[in-house]
Amino acid sequence: MNLLFTIRKEMFERKQQLLTSFLTILLGITAIVSINTITHSSQTAVKQELERLGANVLILPRDATVQSYYAADLESGELPESYVNQLSNSGIHGMDNLSPKLSASMNIQGQSFILTGILPKNEMRSKVFWQGGGTNLFGATEQPSQECLTVDLPLGGSAKPKQRIIDDLEKDQVFIGNEAASILNLSQGSTLELKGQTFTVASVLPSSGTVDDTRIFAHLHKVQELLNKPGTINVIEVVGCCQKIFEGLVPKINALLPLAKVMTIGHVVKTQIRTNQMMEKTSWAFISLIILVGGSGIANYMYSNVNERKKEIGTLMALGAGSGFILKLFFIKALFLGLAGGVGGYITGTALAVFLGPYIANIPVTPLPSLMGLALLISVGIALLATFLPARRAAKVDPCIAFKEI
Amino acid sequence: MILSMIDATVEYRLNNQSVKALDDVTLAMESGEFLAVVGPSGSGKSTLLQALGGMLSPISGEVFIDGTSLYDLSCDKRAEFRRLRLGFVFQTFNLIGYLTAQQNVQVPMMLNGDSTDDQLKRSEYLLEKVGLADRMLHKPAELSSGQQQRVALARTLANDPHIIFADEPTGALDPETGLQVMSFLNDLNQEGRTIVMVTHDPKAAAMASRCIRLVNGKIESLNQTQANPVKFPAE
Repeated sequence: MNLLFTIRKEMFERKQQLLTSFLTILLGITAIVSINTITHSSQTAVKQELERLGANVLILPRDATVQSYYAADLESGELPESYVNQLSNSGIHGMDNLSPKLSASMNIQGQSFILTGILPKNEMRSKVFWQGGGTNLFGATEQPSQECLTVDLPLGGSAKPKQRIIDDLEKDQVFIGNEAASILNLSQGSTLELKGQTFTVASVLPSSGTVDDTRIFAHLHKVQELLNKPGTINVIEVVGCCQKIFEGLVPKINALLPLAKVMTIGHVVKTQIRTNQMMEKTSWAFISLIILVGGSGIANYMYSNVNERKKEIGTLMALGAGSGFILKLFFIKALFLGLAGGVGGYITGTALAVFLGPYIANIPVTPLPSLMGLALLISVGIALLATFLPARRAAKVDPCIAFKEI
Repeated sequence: MILSMIDATVEYRLNNQSVKALDDVTLAMESGEFLAVVGPSGSGKSTLLQALGGMLSPISGEVFIDGTSLYDLSCDKRAEFRRLRLGFVFQTFNLIGYLTAQQNVQVPMMLNGDSTDDQLKRSEYLLEKVGLADRMLHKPAELSSGQQQRVALARTLANDPHIIFADEPTGALDPETGLQVMSFLNDLNQEGRTIVMVTHDPKAAAMASRCIRLVNGKIESLNQTQANPVKFPAE
């Protein structure tokens, strides 16, 4: 017989007590994990909603203004396309997507339209493209990174062609804005002549109520060829991590591209930061509360567990058990219960969140493997701490005091 | 002299008031003595036993066993001293409920770091000695009070203690079983072990070689022997 045998015997001979202690920890951790998982998914859902706000950093020619950008005024200067690679290779963190564009005014059938060149593959890196009417019409949205708000490339518009089409966008294809399509009487599959070259309409974009409704989108390199401006762009739209913007992303880009003007779209960034902060605070409030409630339950149980064994502690000490033995006797049990309750609580809490989350919060809930560490830290930490205090007190006094007063 | 207590005082705090459970007690015992401690309830008998056995620190005074000042030792050293030299018998047996009789007897040997083989052999021997060879695998709850006390006696003997402290060992037993337990204690004394026993039972006290009476934390009378048993006044 040894210490481990004694612990195992105590635990498994008193199955009801074992079950109660396990369930106490399990339920505490289940509550922590499930609420945390649902809260996290809610945060993610809010972040995804914020994606619709579009790009939040613009890189424009030095002489351009925001007004000229929104008005698609194309006479305010140009940037080399090589800036895109320069940015990509710069190692500057916080740029979730880069979208270079070259726009030019074009007269078709007596009407003025804007032809905008885009890089479809660059767009596809961020998956989400355009959305229309508040609904993602074409493809799934990629999960944003967890550390900050990530907004996928909107291409200055609000309508998204489906990924399949973007993937396949050939140099002889175009997307066409809703209003332009209506004026020119075009639909998907129609052909359109631009500067003597024929293009097929790959998709008509949903109405957005912006300048995009009168735009025609084609491959950037094709537009450069048509306009005879190889290697030239007039804007890079950047989806920047708002936290990184807050921490000085713009000056870093400015330093890298001295000939460009870098500016944030203030209301977008402000909204993103404000919403992020609000969600983070709410989340912490929830987590703190549930840790307090779940943790108190576990602590109370473990404390009582030592307390109700004071006669046994006193007897063992009378028989010659040292403080180390007494501490180990309770610590190993607490460790075992903490680990089992932590793992079990994580699995149960995650399952509950995934199955009940969509009904309760009306959002898809995905498991958070990183919560396993938190679950174990809380369950083992609280179990050990709640055991340590009374066990240490018992182990440091005379056996007779232990009998009476733990 | 194997055991001595010099000017020991033990106080308890009760409702913010200190109560003297032992008041400046001095006592000495020779090796092989069988001392019975009697006295009314609340007189400090158990406190005396606990203080002598290194289980309760006096606020003043000293306790020596084999020349070692018990309360100059750290808690852990004192625990080691108890494990190697002393044995305890409790009124309510204090067996560990989730262990079998044999495992209960193994506990002191386990604490001593003895091998499992040695633990098993000695626990079997001791349980046979107290007449419980056929009850080794029973849990305390499956044993009668007398059997439980005999398991406790076997456990006391596990590390072959020189001194045994027994706190009302017959208090929870019927007279016949009590007599049986006293007979065991007597045998242990005959083997040369020193025994200190707290009791309310005149018959049990009569088996001791010396008896002291404690009243209000002070030793009131000494020197009664088997030949001249102590008289129990109405308590």
